[in-house]
Amino acid sequence: MNDSPMTPPPRRGILRDLRYMLLYAGKRLLALLFTVLVGVYLTIVIANMGGQVDELRLVQIRSQASEAVRADPAFQDLTSTERNELIERQVSQEVERLRLDQPFVVRSVDYLQRAMRLDLGRAEQMHSDRGSREVYDIIVERLPATLLLFGSANLLVFFVSVFAALFLSRRYGSALDRSVIALAPTSAAPGWFYGIFLILVFAFVVPVLPSGGMVTAPPPADRWEYAASVLRHMLLPLIAMFLSSIFISIYSWRTFFLIHSSEDYVEMARAKGLPSNLIERRYILRPTLSPIITSFLLMLIGLWSGAIILEQVFNWPGLGSLLFQAIGHRDTPVIIGGVVIFAYLLAVTVFLLDILYALLDPRVRIEGGRR
Amino acid sequence: MSSGARWREHWEELRRYPSALVGMAIIAVLVGLSLYTVIAIPYPEALEKWRGGEPWQLHPVNAGPLWADRLVGGRQPSTLVIDSDAAEVEEAPFEGGRRLRMALAFDYQYDGFPSEINLFLRAEGHDQRPFARLLWQAPDGREFMLGGHRIGRDHRISISQDRALERRLGGLVPHIGLLAQPDSDGDAQPQVQTGRYMLMLDAVVFDEQAGIDAELVLYGRVHGIAGTDHQRRELSLALMWGTPVALAFGLLAAVGTTITTLVIAAVGVWYRGWVDATIQRLTEVNMILPMLPILVMVGTLYSTSIWLMLGVVVVLGIFSAGIKMYRAMLLPIREAPYIEAAQAYGAGNLRIVMRYMIPRILPVLIPTFVTLIPTFVFLEASLAVLGLGDPVLPTWGKVLNDAQSQSALYNGYYYWVVSPAVLLMLTGLGFAMLGFALDRVFNPRLRSL
Repeated sequence: MNDSPMTPPPRRGILRDLRYMLLYAGKRLLALLFTVLVGVYLTIVIANMGGQVDELRLVQIRSQASEAVRADPAFQDLTSTERNELIERQVSQEVERLRLDQPFVVRSVDYLQRAMRLDLGRAEQMHSDRGSREVYDIIVERLPATLLLFGSANLLVFFVSVFAALFLSRRYGSALDRSVIALAPTSAAPGWFYGIFLILVFAFVVPVLPSGGMVTAPPPADRWEYAASVLRHMLLPLIAMFLSSIFISIYSWRTFFLIHSSEDYVEMARAKGLPSNLIERRYILRPTLSPIITSFLLMLIGLWSGAIILEQVFNWPGLGSLLFQAIGHRDTPVIIGGVVIFAYLLAVTVFLLDILYALLDPRVRIEGGRR
Repeated sequence: MSSGARWREHWEELRRYPSALVGMAIIAVLVGLSLYTVIAIPYPEALEKWRGGEPWQLHPVNAGPLWADRLVGGRQPSTLVIDSDAAEVEEAPFEGGRRLRMALAFDYQYDGFPSEINLFLRAEGHDQRPFARLLWQAPDGREFMLGGHRIGRDHRISISQDRALERRLGGLVPHIGLLAQPDSDGDAQPQVQTGRYMLMLDAVVFDEQAGIDAELVLYGRVHGIAGTDHQRRELSLALMWGTPVALAFGLLAAVGTTITTLVIAAVGVWYRGWVDATIQRLTEVNMILPMLPILVMVGTLYSTSIWLMLGVVVVLGIFSAGIKMYRAMLLPIREAPYIEAAQAYGAGNLRIVMRYMIPRILPVLIPTFVTLIPTFVFLEASLAVLGLGDPVLPTWGKVLNDAQSQSALYNGYYYWVVSPAVLLMLTGLGFAMLGFALDRVFNPRLRSL
């Protein structure tokens, strides 16, 4: 209906774009899959100390078996050779069950293919609060805590900083602008560092907020009270993360917007007398959309792994402290599970970004297939 | 323009930023402190002392900094050591031995009670162990028997731990009860009785020559400029030695990662083809590997030596996201005419990469490099806070970790957390302020803003 004779036939253009897009998406998908594969394999090797954990486990199995046989009164009247045979038999059974008799290389490949299928297996030492030994259950139990805290902190930082930066770039050189720039170096300190100070001030010097944990013990039965308690516990870590990244974030967005608002086409729009709203939306935000989205998505997953210490400091039952505990227990399935999920999340994000770029940036869409 | 003149121009430019000057001043102070520390307390001595034990015997447990107390007008006690060398000794020989009476006297003029009282006795060269009885005299003339002891070669009497004495003092721990004003109604807060106290040591020695050395120690509640920790160690030692360690770690890690990343990016850009592709894929793999968990894994499974950690940080940093940025900067340089000219007169591949490509973007890197240093300083502290600090080196992070594991905040030992944190913050601020100013000097595009 809208087809005017002036526009070229749209069908061919869309088909061509679609073909390039698919080709491009396929290539990126393969490359990312390969990346995840290598990354996960490296993690498996490191988490097993290149197979050395197996030797520790063998020693452990042997000592456990001999303890069990010695302590059992039913085996008291066996001769020592018989008893040793029994121990050997039990050890070899256990070794076979855990497949420790196979070389580490073979098992690492097996680990890898199970990890890639997200078959995370069972934990060796740890269990979820409900008592499940499945790595999947353990991780899922911790997931909401992490998502709640880091999701809200990141969203807050992101939106506040982008809008504050837009605001400041309009008034650059003002006292407010200069003071925010002067504050930017404070972001050299990570969130946990501010956390320590906040705990010191708001939990001990002026005890108004809890110093750690996620809810009061025992947890309130009422749903609203529960939510209020979680909120109160969230406040300090939230402020800590906010403080540690807000100023640098505003600073870099502000510089970014300033550079883009001094482009010729923006000057041109200004010269034409367009309202500043419109300039901001159509001439500054639109061309800078892809970097904004990139940093948004990367930020969403970025703090995922860097949160170990903040969670430790605030005693927050999230994925970071789970990973830390798992490493302490040398519980390789849990470690690998955590890293695999992180790797997949990152890969999915990068893939989404690639597609988004292709949609937002016509240059990628057209040349993408040939890259 | 010669490069000397260009640097001078940059310097003139930099001087116009007050934040750069403040940053440089902070860095200069930290470097000065590090140099002083390394010269004044040699490395082996610092490690030996930080291990704890014997050298700190005369230091109080968890004492706050002296100046912080005096600043708010407090008069909390410092540690008092009363040595028998300075005390008057009465000798009375008898058949087969001597009787020694030592008066360990001191004047107590503080507002607070000591945190602990110990008596160290040394009796060397005796065939038969001497015997001593202790009598405590308060300024108002009250006397407390502290019991009799057979003295070993190196003997320590923990007066504060004397449960029987505690019961006799009406349930007050001895280091409070012995110095408190006599309590009339029985349940008021104990008050310090100031004045001249004396500990009478009445010893019987079964030897003609050998004597007894005594040291009465009233441990204070404040100590030195930084206070002490739960193992009686002076925190100032760790705070001072933490400075060179933090600076060295930050600097080496920043140099290691930026230089290697830059060289690898340049190699990739120059050779193109499969070399570039491999480097790009490795970068992506590295992005997927979470840095901190891997460091924690290495720390837990292998060793927490700070040099191993440094190595791992550098290795993980080689294929960091920075490669993509450098690559974008190097790509246009690769096509520049002067590179073609260099090729024409026969410069080799390595020469072009090292001498023609890398120097061109080095100035851009200087600000990044300076702002990277505090990141690594904090990384080291983070690892230490997680309990993965170097096992022997005293560092700021380890002080924080000790404080955390001893619930310093809960117990009110704020100085224990605040002093390392302030030093960390100063380091971070110093480098970040300088780095931000450098960024504006070296990146002309930002300067006009």
